[in-house]
Amino acid sequence: MDWQGQKLCEQLMMIMLLGFSILGFIAGYSKGSYQMMLLVYAAGVVITTLISVPNWGFYNRHPLKWLDPIEFENSPKPEILVSKKKVTKSVKK
Amino acid sequence: MHSFGYRANALLTFSVTILAIMCTMGSLSDNFNNPTPTSEVQVLNINWFQKQPNGNDEVSLTLNVSANLQSMFTWNTKQARLFYFGPYVSDILSSEGICGIFVSIMVPWSAAEYETPKNNLNQVSLWDGIIPSKEHAKFWMHTTNKYRFTDQGSNLRGKDFNLTLHWHVMPKTGKMFEDKIVMTGYRLPQEYR
Repeated sequence: MDWQGQKLCEQLMMIMLLGFSILGFIAGYSKGSYQMMLLVYAAGVVITTLISVPNWGFYNRHPLKWLDPIEFENSPKPEILVSKKKVTKSVKK
Repeated sequence: MHSFGYRANALLTFSVTILAIMCTMGSLSDNFNNPTPTSEVQVLNINWFQKQPNGNDEVSLTLNVSANLQSMFTWNTKQARLFYFGPYVSDILSSEGICGIFVSIMVPWSAAEYETPKNNLNQVSLWDGIIPSKEHAKFWMHTTNKYRFTDQGSNLRGKDFNLTLHWHVMPKTGKMFEDKIVMTGYRLPQEYR
């Protein structure tokens, strides 16, 4: 799952759960049945689970573009020496 | 949201939080209900009124009870319990599950026949029951007292007493309600019979 997919997934989950809870509450209250409210919400949770938990294809439409290994070799190296010096100094002390 | 387990965990946590909020709202919605229960009790007959060998007074009553408690039932009501109390008596009635009748008697301090008037309120439970649903919340019945109406002493002759219908309403979620209807103007006979 890519970054965009993760954001989409979290938003979908929250909106769907809240939506089903409101729907369930209205349905239960208007029918005068607590069981109705719980059934509607339970169904909503199952649907939301199926949509937001598995790693579906539509969460992977914005793959990250990694640099090629060759390009990495040619690019300037990170300053490892500086950190090494610091390490050795602290060891001497 | 990067892994299966993390997504499942987030969904579970959030859904249970919302469920708790829904139940709280369901419980709060009971406040919009203004119940107007009614109840009437007639004492049809005093079957016996006697002194037990140990000196306690005991009464057996035949009661004609009618009550309409349907307005107590909401979508969040599981059951109601009822009790009737009498002079030294109590009753319980409830709305969706349990029903009872209490009869309560105020014993005046000035009562001369009390050697030691220790208590100014005595309650005895006479009858109780459970109302499991709204359909059963309107009823009429003809019954003797379910529980013995006994005074710890011989204070019952000529006593005025109240019959009180108490009820506890058990909600599916939230706080249990209780209330009562007091019916006054009952009197026990002067003589044992």
